[in-house]
Amino acid sequence: MSTTPQSSEYRYVLNMGPQHPSTHGVLRVILEMEGEYIVDPQPVLGYGHRMHEKMAESRSWPGFLPNAARMDYLAALIYNHGYVGVVERLAGIEATPRAEYIRVITSELNRLQSHLLWLGVLVLDLGAFTPIMYTFEDREKILDILEDVTGSRLTYCYMRVGGVVRDIDDKFVARTREYIKWQRSRMPMYDKLVTGNIIFRKRVEGIGEFTPDLARRYGLTGPVLRAAGVPYDIRRAEPYSVYPEFDFEIPTETAGDCMAAYRVRVREIEQSLRILEQALDRLPEGPFRAKTPKKIKLPAGDASYAVESPRGELVYHLTGDGSEVPYRMKIRVPSFSNLSILPEVCSGMLLSDLCACMGSLDLVIPEIDR
Amino acid sequence: MNETSFLPELLRILFTVVCAIVIVFGNALVMGYLERKFAGRFQRRPGPMEVGWQGILQLAVDGVKLVGKQLLVPKHADKPLYLIAPILSFAPALLPLLVIPFSPKLQGRDLDIGLIFILAVVAINVLAILVAGWGSNNKYSMLGAMRSVAQNVAYEIPMLLTLLSVILVTNTFSLQGIIAAQEKIWFIFVMPVAFLIFFVATVAETNRAPFDLPEAESELTAGFMTEYSGMGFSLFFMAEYTYMFIACSLTVILFLGGWHGPPLPFAEYTSALWFFLKVYVLLILMIWIRWTFPRVRFDQLLNFCWKYLVPFSLVHLMVTAVVLKI
Repeated sequence: MSTTPQSSEYRYVLNMGPQHPSTHGVLRVILEMEGEYIVDPQPVLGYGHRMHEKMAESRSWPGFLPNAARMDYLAALIYNHGYVGVVERLAGIEATPRAEYIRVITSELNRLQSHLLWLGVLVLDLGAFTPIMYTFEDREKILDILEDVTGSRLTYCYMRVGGVVRDIDDKFVARTREYIKWQRSRMPMYDKLVTGNIIFRKRVEGIGEFTPDLARRYGLTGPVLRAAGVPYDIRRAEPYSVYPEFDFEIPTETAGDCMAAYRVRVREIEQSLRILEQALDRLPEGPFRAKTPKKIKLPAGDASYAVESPRGELVYHLTGDGSEVPYRMKIRVPSFSNLSILPEVCSGMLLSDLCACMGSLDLVIPEIDR
Repeated sequence: MNETSFLPELLRILFTVVCAIVIVFGNALVMGYLERKFAGRFQRRPGPMEVGWQGILQLAVDGVKLVGKQLLVPKHADKPLYLIAPILSFAPALLPLLVIPFSPKLQGRDLDIGLIFILAVVAINVLAILVAGWGSNNKYSMLGAMRSVAQNVAYEIPMLLTLLSVILVTNTFSLQGIIAAQEKIWFIFVMPVAFLIFFVATVAETNRAPFDLPEAESELTAGFMTEYSGMGFSLFFMAEYTYMFIACSLTVILFLGGWHGPPLPFAEYTSALWFFLKVYVLLILMIWIRWTFPRVRFDQLLNFCWKYLVPFSLVHLMVTAVVLKI
């Protein structure tokens, strides 16, 4: 937090948040302002802290699974995936092939609904209310599909060590295929309504620019990093699950501004649809869950497992000491480092641009304040 | 004024004021409903449905709710200013209705300076917003108020400049006179550029999206209105709808031939139908714009005005003057 006294008599401090429509949750940004210009933005975290990492140390490792979903409520299945992944790696269990496919399918659906929500919210931050209703319509279709198989609509707790809870059926496959078709038909509309909108472009082009070097220094990952031209995606860089079997691109842009981040995410929607299509085509038969002993003791030692969340690199680091309760759990969340670049790029910009900038970072605050 | 005409004149004044109030509240009701229903259509949802047929009574219920709400005054607010601001915004909105010609006969008073009267009265709204923002003792409100002043002062210039073109052609400030001049051809066909500039400027003047920067709920969390609740808030909203109505009425009078339209029986009164039809088409256009576009940034807003609208309207004025001289 900045403690510098006001150096100019025209400066004043504006509290953006913890309750502000554009801070996407309980984020507070202390803004030192000069008129509408931001001199120094300082994010303040911790308003939604729930000690998830500490909780992992006090409950058995399967008991932590519901927590995983509650850190990032927009990518619960991907958080599931990371957690079961790290436990499997530490315990030396291998999931069945069908389970891995189901994990990828549900994870990609989860990523799609996160991106769709982000698309609506970004435009909402810029003052247009209508597109979020359209993206919600699309998102609703995904939630319906996922609800059928997982039983919940947001905080999924679907994956288990060695597989998943429930198998997917032909109805699920048919509905997903139908959805893919629907989503593809919708993309030209978003292109017209949002990408082609002159006001939207004027609001995001050239805003919040950063270089790949700066992005690396701040540990940026995910679409924000790829917007600066670095093709770093865990699904390719450190392949996990069955991702290496699919043919998909890692979209990158070079500008490193809000528009580039926007373009990257929109293109990722298309890539996710491609992955879904291939996974549905090749879905193998077989058990959806490997045979695992009733009670697994985590061996002493540690393991990391990284997955690509819609916001970037999500890493679980788990240390076991031979008991049923993890000794230590550390989670590296993408939003935290993505947010850290805010003071660097947003100094000197207008208040309205800060909204665009935070919108394009796609922050989920409960993930930071885990 | 002699004694014989005093009573009818008084009655006439009373009747006009009552009509103006009815129009203000009626318009707020209709606009509130239209705004919700059209927003619903644009967003592929039904809009209000529960209260009354197609949610037609929703506004009445909202009114009851807003009247029932406690009027909170922030602790360190400038209380008199804070309380007077919504009234200062709403009260002047009544006055322009006294001179707007809805039909050849349906008009409070055909002032020789009708146009100037409307512009003068409407300008008070800027002061009201400034007072509201200042009195709220809230930085977001203050920013909204400051934006409002810069925006309204800027957009008044192209608006007045295009208006001057119309006045040059018609040679009158009287609203009936301007409408009468359009009997053969509406001015939108003679000077479409002026119409465009004027309409854009009126959208900005009424603080409607994409120019709703004094409010800007996603940046300033509602701007100058942040601290207002209940009736204070709804007075601002009612004022906004009334100013929209006035702005669209002016556009109709200046460019769309006022009450001119296909002949109707008792046209001296019923041609008001054409007037309202045109006004509401423009209002719906404003709603459409609001629910489609993102908000512009403040510097872009001012640049658009000073770099494009003002020069274009100046050139337009010059061309009009030259053409008239030839």
